[in-house]
Amino acid sequence: MTLLEQVWQFILSGMTTGGTYALIALGFSLVYNATGVINFAQGEFVMLGGMVTAASMTAWGLPLWLAALVGIAVTTVVGVILDRAAIRPARNASVVVLIIITVGASIFLRGLASIIWGPDERPVPAFSGNAPIAVLGASITPQSLWVMGATLVTAVAMWVIFEYTVVGKAMRACAINAHAAQLCGIELSRMISWSFALAAAIGAIAGIVLAPITMTQYNVGTMLGLKGFCAAILGGLGNGLGAIVGGLVLGVLEALGAGLVSSQYKDAIAFVVLIAVLLIRPSGILGGDTGGED
Amino acid sequence: MSETLLTVGGLCKDFGGLEAVKNVSFEVRAGQIKALIGPNGAGKTTIFNLITGVLPSDAGSAVFGEQQLLGLPTHRIAALGLGRTFQTSLLFDQMSVLENVMVGHHLAGRSTMLTAALRILGAGAEEREYRETAMVALERAGLADLAGRSAAALPIGQRRLVEVARALAAEPTLLLMDEPAAGLNMRETDRMGEIIEEIRAGGVTVLLVEHDMSLVMNISDEVLVLDGGQRLAEGTPEQVRSDERVLAAYLGEVTE
Amino acid sequence: MAAVREAPPQAPTPNEATAAARRRRAQKLQIFGFFLFVALVPLAVHNRYHIHVLIFVGLNLILATGLNLLMGYAGQVSLGHAAFFGIGAYASGILTATYGWNPWAALLAALVVTSAVAWLVGRPTLRLHGHYLAMATLGVGIIVSVVIRQTSGLTGGSSGLPGIPAMTVFGRELTTSMDVHYFYFVWAWVCLLTVVFANLVESRPGRALRALHDSELAAETLGVDTATFKVRAFVISAAYASIAGTLYAHSSMRFLSPTPFGFHTSIALLVMVVLGGQGTLWGPVLGAITITGIQEVLRPYTNWDIVVYGLLLMFMMIVMPGGVTRGLASAWSAITDLIARRRGGTDDE
Repeated sequence: MTLLEQVWQFILSGMTTGGTYALIALGFSLVYNATGVINFAQGEFVMLGGMVTAASMTAWGLPLWLAALVGIAVTTVVGVILDRAAIRPARNASVVVLIIITVGASIFLRGLASIIWGPDERPVPAFSGNAPIAVLGASITPQSLWVMGATLVTAVAMWVIFEYTVVGKAMRACAINAHAAQLCGIELSRMISWSFALAAAIGAIAGIVLAPITMTQYNVGTMLGLKGFCAAILGGLGNGLGAIVGGLVLGVLEALGAGLVSSQYKDAIAFVVLIAVLLIRPSGILGGDTGGED
Repeated sequence: MSETLLTVGGLCKDFGGLEAVKNVSFEVRAGQIKALIGPNGAGKTTIFNLITGVLPSDAGSAVFGEQQLLGLPTHRIAALGLGRTFQTSLLFDQMSVLENVMVGHHLAGRSTMLTAALRILGAGAEEREYRETAMVALERAGLADLAGRSAAALPIGQRRLVEVARALAAEPTLLLMDEPAAGLNMRETDRMGEIIEEIRAGGVTVLLVEHDMSLVMNISDEVLVLDGGQRLAEGTPEQVRSDERVLAAYLGEVTE
Repeated sequence: MAAVREAPPQAPTPNEATAAARRRRAQKLQIFGFFLFVALVPLAVHNRYHIHVLIFVGLNLILATGLNLLMGYAGQVSLGHAAFFGIGAYASGILTATYGWNPWAALLAALVVTSAVAWLVGRPTLRLHGHYLAMATLGVGIIVSVVIRQTSGLTGGSSGLPGIPAMTVFGRELTTSMDVHYFYFVWAWVCLLTVVFANLVESRPGRALRALHDSELAAETLGVDTATFKVRAFVISAAYASIAGTLYAHSSMRFLSPTPFGFHTSIALLVMVVLGGQGTLWGPVLGAITITGIQEVLRPYTNWDIVVYGLLLMFMMIVMPGGVTRGLASAWSAITDLIARRRGGTDDE
């Protein structure tokens, strides 16, 4: 393969992981917009989506599409419980305390998953087979297309929700000015629960489409969550389109870095990008929340 | 006449379209009490922020003694002898009143983290000295009984006094006071006026921003009136009080 | 208020100044008493494994105290503190195991390396605030842990670094069989570093740090170079971590693997400081003992240990966000208030 073909291959595979990062970043931004909290348990939503789906297929023999729905539903419920039980009671606590709470939740969920489903990897079948598809000299699997497709569809769905539905507009109102929104009769706590529910659902979707590619396991959530967070900052924390852009860019950067420079330090790339963004332009590519104050 | 301490020339600050300070120039002479007044939004606090390095200025100069202030970091400006108190009395709430004043002596001290950590090279003795000096300062200010109280628990009148004591502990040559009478009742305002005069008598020049006209008229030697970021008038209190332009700008805003 | 610049200071009247001095003395006594108690512990505890755990509590205490300086007093957040623990441990381990350095020289060298890294990292990142600072430190922590894992030629990577020689104190080697000696060695360091910490807090630079925590702006106008002070606090907290790292490397296992130096440890340290009570002297003690204790108690229950740990973290932070020392203090004043009220009515201040 020529260098150009290699680069193109890296870009394509980068966009696959990038799509996942984009969805995770979207989840972070959603919760951050509603509550100002960085939800470190976001990665576990991804893990739960994949694991519940895989488990439902093996345990109950459900067809893929049904298992996926179960996965999304269960994760969504978990997200709402997390909000009600752990975040709401501590709403006014400091940044550090909230970080510890969400990290605690992430540890808890991971532990629960390892008990319920054991430590082994779980396979999930590819949605439409594994025959590689050639794209301009590089090849990707159909599952990669599913990932990118899911990212696109979810992004559009989010846009529709926020632009055209009452709930979506209410959530936007709360993000802009919670006090004023409440004066208009919008119940802040419900909107916050909605944002957790959506973030959990999106995370689950990301986990489900990714699972056939990387296998799912009880501990995949941590790193994915952290990298998704880097993507959110890269695109602009709190900015929905920024999350998508940030995710794709980060995925590509990671693939290029691992492929062209060194694959050993691949995991560090996302965090180098994170620090670079925070130091050079904290509001990210598309400009998110510049409130660096506590 | 006495020497000029501070010369401000052509100061400008634009906040993305909003011209907060437009070409403002003035002087402060040693031993003066000079007041900056003007309707809300006239740019007074912004000027303080520019002079003390809290905000970068777009243009102009501010010379203190021989030194150009613009572009210097705030702590260096403080080291040159410029002190400041704030509209919302920024006390160190987690420390006691005594400790607040002790921080005022920061510039005078010499212990570094290393010497303090190991309590060597006189750091221990220095610590005792700080405490005693700060205590004396509080006693002089009549605040001695507050020494052990947490700064957060004080009412506004006492907060302002502690902040002044702390600012003076740094031994400034020029003290910038931002609305020292804000939130004070009449008796407290009169007392603040006395204090400002005592400060001047002690050799510290005062430049203050104030809305309370009775205080300004009573104690200032010179008054500079700003409106919309620009200099409107300057002179003695009597001159300014009867200036037509000033009256027009202030219509409905005089608190007497 | 008379003129500030004239008369020389008079003798201090019995007042807050003397009260403060009295409090200092009481604090010194408390510290002395605590370490006396610690010195007596090995007389009661004979189980080697328990001694080993107590050594670990000591190391955690050193880490937590350093982090407390940064978070509780200087008001900055660090989610990557374990990185400095790791750099201290590996620098010392590599220099002694691979290059045959004297352990004390290695301790010093590790200190220098860690402090240098902290200085380089701190200068740009401490310009950030709140969430953003937390995230930057998180990034640094993870990068360091990835580097440790991947530079296996130097660090042994995931397989670990074996063969670290024992520490030599007064000519004696503190080998595996001398746990009690190592216990005293580590806790002597804890004592020294706690005294240093207490000295720092009640001092000019310590007050400058506390001031910038409350109001950076006011501190600046009093001449405090806040940017430099923040970096210095960061470096000192890293230095503490480095010492803990070196002590860990030369402890009974004398083997290093990358696992204790990652995100999880950073979070555990964070919890120790916050749970114990940020900005208090005894907070890190309570925090270190509690968290190490919880981890030890849960250790035999694989998988359930993380579930319970996660639950406890959430629960403790929801119920006591100000930390245990403050929680206890407010409980205590609530009780004394109640007693005073019952006794006879008037609430005087």
